Amino acid sequence: MSAIAGDPRLIADRPGLAGTLEGVWRRVSQGEIGSLPVVAALILIAIVFQSLNPNFLTPRNLTNLVLQIAAMGTISVGVVLVLLLGEIDLSVGAVSGLCAAVMAVLNVKAGLPGALAVGVGVLAGAGIGLLQGVWITRFRVPSFVVTLAGLLGWQGLLLWVLGDTGTVNLTDPAITNLAGIFLGPRLGWFVGLAAVAVFLASLSRARRRRVAAGLGVGTTGALVARIVLVGGGILLAIAVLDAGRGVPLAMLILLGFVVAFDWVTTRTGWGRHVFAVGGNAEAARRAGVAVDRVRVLVFTLSATLAACGGILAASRLLAVNQSSGSGDVVLNAIAAAVIGGTSLFGGRGTIWSALLGALVIGSISNGMDLLALASSVKFMITGGVLLAAVTIDAVSRRGRQAAGRA
Amino acid sequence: MARPDRTPLLELRGIRKRFGAVQALYDVDFEVYAGEVVGLVGDNGAGKSSLIKAVAGIYATDSGEVHFEGRQVTIGGPNDTARLGISTVYQDLALCDNLDVVANLFLGREVVRPVIPGLVAALDEVTMEQRAIQVLRDLSVQIPSVRTPIASLSGGQRQSVAVARSVMWNSKVVLLDEPTAALGVAQTRQVLDLIKRLRAQGLGVVVISHNLADVFEVCDRIVVLRLGRRAGNFDARAASREQIVAAITGAEFGTPAPAGAA
Ligand SMILES: Nc1ncnc2c1ncn2[C@@H]1O[C@H](COP(=O)(O)OP(=O)(O)O)[C@@H](O)[C@H]1O
Ligand SMILES: [Mg+2]
Repeated sequence: MSAIAGDPRLIADRPGLAGTLEGVWRRVSQGEIGSLPVVAALILIAIVFQSLNPNFLTPRNLTNLVLQIAAMGTISVGVVLVLLLGEIDLSVGAVSGLCAAVMAVLNVKAGLPGALAVGVGVLAGAGIGLLQGVWITRFRVPSFVVTLAGLLGWQGLLLWVLGDTGTVNLTDPAITNLAGIFLGPRLGWFVGLAAVAVFLASLSRARRRRVAAGLGVGTTGALVARIVLVGGGILLAIAVLDAGRGVPLAMLILLGFVVAFDWVTTRTGWGRHVFAVGGNAEAARRAGVAVDRVRVLVFTLSATLAACGGILAASRLLAVNQSSGSGDVVLNAIAAAVIGGTSLFGGRGTIWSALLGALVIGSISNGMDLLALASSVKFMITGGVLLAAVTIDAVSRRGRQAAGRA
Repeated sequence: MARPDRTPLLELRGIRKRFGAVQALYDVDFEVYAGEVVGLVGDNGAGKSSLIKAVAGIYATDSGEVHFEGRQVTIGGPNDTARLGISTVYQDLALCDNLDVVANLFLGREVVRPVIPGLVAALDEVTMEQRAIQVLRDLSVQIPSVRTPIASLSGGQRQSVAVARSVMWNSKVVLLDEPTAALGVAQTRQVLDLIKRLRAQGLGVVVISHNLADVFEVCDRIVVLRLGRRAGNFDARAASREQIVAAITGAEFGTPAPAGAA
């Protein structure tokens, strides 16, 4: 941290591991909790379910878990974008079902090649999002209402697109492979090591640039901790998945979206503008940010990602039917974003919360399935976790306000 | 009055603005010349902020003309003013609490470097941070770190950041709506000195303030707004404090425009 005039009251992290931990604790106690609660929750969930059923942490089950959350996580990436703006998109579930249906009908009934049908399905999502975004900004109708209408309308359109048959079964490998194939060990390790290498290179490049420019850098302890956590996490995940069926393509697709949108939101001017609009839309407008354009694009991306998630779900189910994208799809996607640590109040959060939150919801659901619990119990427990997450968000907001960081 | 032989840098003619039942501005004329500091004073609700926001493109005016460097211009939004070289410190500061100081200083004008030339550009945080440190140091702004979120700064520190943001873009006209209201003694001095520096650099500066001592210290000319109308235009060296107060309150002068009115 670079103190401008060397303010002696500024609390800097002491060097070394103890100093780093102290800094983490200070930030947590001031409400800057970030992803910490959700990581703690994941560890707790793993311990609880593993002790109740030793099958929970097996490579086979973890592979299942990854496949189960791929669609939810992808949809949730779009939800995070919308939440960062301080808006909401309730239509993501219906859009995911509708776009999957468009893809399925084009492929199976109209004979369009699989890849092309996927492309049209994604484009349909983009078009829907554009329409909703323009509607919200042009007529100043709250996003809650527009996307609630969308939830109903797009679900109706889904039924109409599917027609009398009600169910379309998918057999085209171009579609079913999305959630159906796994990378062999060699390719899996190659991808994993490449990811670690890129991560290390970008970290060290950023650090070198800051040092060269005479700017402060974080403590070495924090840097090492990050490298160990991220690099170790990647390699461990690949080792575990390889012991099962290999790295699922669906996981790479989800991670690809997460990494790409995390980069866009934190490293580009457009991403900065998303945070600015979510923090203070009027200030952003006065600074010359094209606020409405940012909003329209975010809603377009949200529906596009919903379409991608719907297509992944269809690929896993090998079918699209009348209940595709309905039920708890939209609730899970929004809950995942919030549980992962993205604030409902706008301007605060990260794309990674989509993945972390989806992991929490997915592992609770997966663990309860292993224990053969009834749906009634599953719903109530998931509801409780969501309530806890939103409460943590609200309480930590108060903590930030008390510490002057709201 | 001041330098009638020259074209004003910024000139407003007959600006009217109405909010519902309130006629906030009525046929207001205003001008600022290059190298001049104009004080805009008036009671609360006189229309000072509305005038600033009309120039800045925040509110559309109901009627009136804006001339910049002698040309008539239309101001459709904040980008138009930025392009002309007009920058503003708003009374409510207009900062994003969730973003840090660097992000706020560069909001809407982020420095980027190409990642894939012509297609993808990333924020150049290093350049922005260096520049931010430089700008704040020049203004002797005391903040713990340029990476602190605005939410954790004091009112005065926020105001300093807002002032810094308005003067770091080589503007030709700077509009300051109560820039020292939340500042301590030392910081107020910094801002007043800064205003003098801007004048020396040939900028046109408009300062709104309730502190008449400050106004008399830095301003060349003082324009008084009262109930949405221009109620006086004084040479700051010739006018007395009492005259200004009288124009603000309307005590001495009746409904007809005062003798000093332009
Ligand atoms: N956005 C707005 N909506 C309605 N009325 C407004 C708005 N902004 C200002 N006004 C009214 O316009 C008048 C002038 O306000 P303002 O320009 O803020 O005064 P000043 O800055 O001189 O104190 C006041 O009567 C105020 O109530
Ligand atoms: Mg005002």
